[in-house]
Amino acid sequence: MTVQKSRLEAGATRATRKRHTFNGGIHPDGHKDVSNAAPIVTLPLLSRYVVPLRQHIGTATRVLVQAGDTVLRGQMIGAAEGYVSTAVHAPTSGRVVAVEPHEVPHPSGLADLCVVIESDGLDQAVEFQPLDWRNLDPSALRNRIRDLGLAGLGGAVFPSFIKLNPEGGGIDTLILNGAECEPWITCDDRLMRERAAEILQGVAVMRHMLGAREVLIGIEDDKPEAIAAMRTAAGADTGVEVVAVPTLYPSGGGKQLTYLLTGRETPTGGRSTDVGVQVFNIGTAHALYRAVALGEPMLSRVVTVTGHVATPGNYEARLGTPVADLLQAAGGALPGSTGKLVGGPMMGFELEDNAAPLTKAVNCIIVKHPDLFPARPAALPCIRCGACARACPADLQPFEMYWFARAKDFGKAQSYDLFDCIECGCCSFVCPSHIPLVDYFRFAKSEIWERERHKHDADQARTRHEFKEFRLEREKLEKAEKLAAKVAENKARDAAAAATAAANPDAAADPEAERKKAILQAALDRAKKAKEAVTPQNTESLPPAVEKQIAEIEARRAQADTAVEKEAGQ
Amino acid sequence: MENYLLILIATVFVNNIVMSKILGLCPFMGVSRKLETAIGMGAATTFVLTLASGTSYLIDTYLLGQDLAYLRTLSFIVVIAGIVGFTEMFIKKTSPVLFRVLGIYLPLITTNCAVLGIPLLNVMEQHNFMESLFFGMGGALGFTLVLVLFAAMRERLEAAEVPKPFKGTSIAMITAGLMSLAFMGFAGLIK
Amino acid sequence: MLSAILVMAGIGLVLGAVLGWASIKYRVEDDPLVEKIDAVLPQTQCGQCGFPGCKPYAEAIAKGEADINKCPPGGEEGVKHLAELLGVEPKPLGEGLEPKPKAVAVIDDNNCIGCTLCIQACPVDAIVGAAKQLHVIVADQCTGCELCLPPCPVDCIHMEVVKEDVATWKWRYPIHAIRRVE
Repeated sequence: MTVQKSRLEAGATRATRKRHTFNGGIHPDGHKDVSNAAPIVTLPLLSRYVVPLRQHIGTATRVLVQAGDTVLRGQMIGAAEGYVSTAVHAPTSGRVVAVEPHEVPHPSGLADLCVVIESDGLDQAVEFQPLDWRNLDPSALRNRIRDLGLAGLGGAVFPSFIKLNPEGGGIDTLILNGAECEPWITCDDRLMRERAAEILQGVAVMRHMLGAREVLIGIEDDKPEAIAAMRTAAGADTGVEVVAVPTLYPSGGGKQLTYLLTGRETPTGGRSTDVGVQVFNIGTAHALYRAVALGEPMLSRVVTVTGHVATPGNYEARLGTPVADLLQAAGGALPGSTGKLVGGPMMGFELEDNAAPLTKAVNCIIVKHPDLFPARPAALPCIRCGACARACPADLQPFEMYWFARAKDFGKAQSYDLFDCIECGCCSFVCPSHIPLVDYFRFAKSEIWERERHKHDADQARTRHEFKEFRLEREKLEKAEKLAAKVAENKARDAAAAATAAANPDAAADPEAERKKAILQAALDRAKKAKEAVTPQNTESLPPAVEKQIAEIEARRAQADTAVEKEAGQ
Repeated sequence: MENYLLILIATVFVNNIVMSKILGLCPFMGVSRKLETAIGMGAATTFVLTLASGTSYLIDTYLLGQDLAYLRTLSFIVVIAGIVGFTEMFIKKTSPVLFRVLGIYLPLITTNCAVLGIPLLNVMEQHNFMESLFFGMGGALGFTLVLVLFAAMRERLEAAEVPKPFKGTSIAMITAGLMSLAFMGFAGLIK
Repeated sequence: MLSAILVMAGIGLVLGAVLGWASIKYRVEDDPLVEKIDAVLPQTQCGQCGFPGCKPYAEAIAKGEADINKCPPGGEEGVKHLAELLGVEPKPLGEGLEPKPKAVAVIDDNNCIGCTLCIQACPVDAIVGAAKQLHVIVADQCTGCELCLPPCPVDCIHMEVVKEDVATWKWRYPIHAIRRVE
């Protein structure tokens, strides 16, 4: 009831902006009140951190340290490699114990390369240099932001410096995503309530870099406190507007929020930048403030720990904090828990191992209990009721995509715009047959990606093979040409010699023939000398018996030689 | 004009060459695995059939007449074979993939009973030149229509959970039967 | 009787003329199908099909001289693609041509004598090295064709199966929970 009322108020204060609504969407139970009451708690320093070298979308970082090195807080331990990449830093001072594959929060449950750091308890930091962002050259500023390891904190962890490209051009609207539409998660809510001013300073940097005319901050209207805090902080700043959007999952999707706030629809296969909009999570803006104003790399993030735990809430923890320690900070999982989810219940995945560390991508950890997360009933055949199509916020036809993805007819699935699917899970949520539709779409997408990878590899191999054949052919040709040239040269010389001989028959001594003879003689001499110089093999370190034998043989040979010589002499 | 329209509708829906005359079943079952192939086959058959109807009318009326009526089937087959040969070369040049995909079914248009059947029906029903053309084109369009419909259904059937004994051609046959039943519904369209 | 012969001969002549003209007008110079087949093949250049590379195999398929089931690196999937392209029924891979998991060749640093024989054997120039220098295989460019194994005089090259990691991991096919029939 109170939520209803505050929603009305939030809506009433700004009625001027034209409302746009996307099709579909769902209203799952929020469960936000479980964790949004208490302030953010900062986790104490731990004795051990595990920092994955791949915390963002793109190429893994190049590791800069090895076991035994000492590191300081904020020291870069992984450098950006390739274009889509961003740096990774040490969360505290201490010693690198190992650089090895370790469990990471990933749906595969596979291990990935991590730097394990043992804290020395001093927490000494490298010197942080605040950036003079207003006067710094834009490309230098971008490189600094890359080296400070900034990546989107909304969950997609796309390296921020790429999105802050002012040369991309045509960005007139900057959207800050504070919608936080997934159930259970409240980290952005708390951050906006407590650190609104800092977020807005980060926003100012973004706005400066992109040259955006207008800043829109979209927040779902079930967070009236956050809306109020942000509005107060924004104050009279013209060009920054805090817009309350109706609570409807997935209004926090980038394309959906863009449409809600601007009415601009992102084209198929495109990004919001195609319609002049750049979207950032408010957590990223906060991290950017820390990076630019304090010079501090991305070392920590706020994460919601909720569900079946003793003290659900939001915790500011350093990246690399093992999940086990996070759970302990929240009072530990209560008895009867049946596993953990990383991310929200709609888009998150099961966490296999508590040893996996916190990364830039992890915004929430939910401890499951059968009462909160009842087991999904067994899937029944699709009855083509179309409920998924009505719920789809991307205006797709999930039942068609499902039909072909299930039969592994990926080309057909793709022809139904599979890659416009944002995997929000609305279709699976509403499906009366309980079909895990999104699982099929993820499966189909990764199969298609793999095929494209193979195709790319094959194309490369073909070019390399063709080049090798071309090279061999060329070498053959060159050899033949050289040979032909030499033959021609010799012929010409012979002809010339014959001509001179004919012209001057008295010159008995042909200089060329003389020279050739001399060369031949020299070669023969050399060969003779070499023959004399050759020492028999395997004559070192032989047993005495063998040496004796050899000596006898040599003596016999010498005798025979002298005999032959005598004969020759006679 | 009304007459021609009537011929078209009648041949496409009511007296569909495949569904009610049961002619041309061989390519109907053979090239209906993929939608693209079906469309290609339909287009090729339409071209051949329209041309064949016109030419065979001219041959029957001006060359054969009553005296040489016994040469009808023979000369029609020769003409159809010639046209198919031409089409084959044309497709090979313009769309090698379609040529390869149609494979044996392209030269087999020659022996497609629908292609010979329609010129013979033309003679039997004493159509004039324009009527023959429209009859041929209508028949071919009807053939293309059911071929494309059927191919679209078979593509879906590929992905469906069909009980094992019915997989493949069996379920395709059943589907074709049901389609034929559905086309019987057009019987009342024209009195 | 005479008129019948004349009529049939006339029809034959006209058709012959038309077909003759068409065969000149629509002459197909080379077979663009080869390119299409080559695009489907995995380009490992391994020669397991019995042809000295993927392109010759593609040419053989286009001419109808080779079967479509001779390419183990392409797997069943590749055969399916070829069958689709050529409009024939897919068939299982040929005898003794089972696909292996994707692997790359690795040179043992301690035993390589720098003979350059493997460099000459590599169809895609994925081996770097010079005479009497240690050779290294560029894993990204290795197609796993195993052509470098037999020439090595000291047997210092072995194949390592490429393991799945976080970057190449794929979502699995969802498995329905089966409900018990009461």
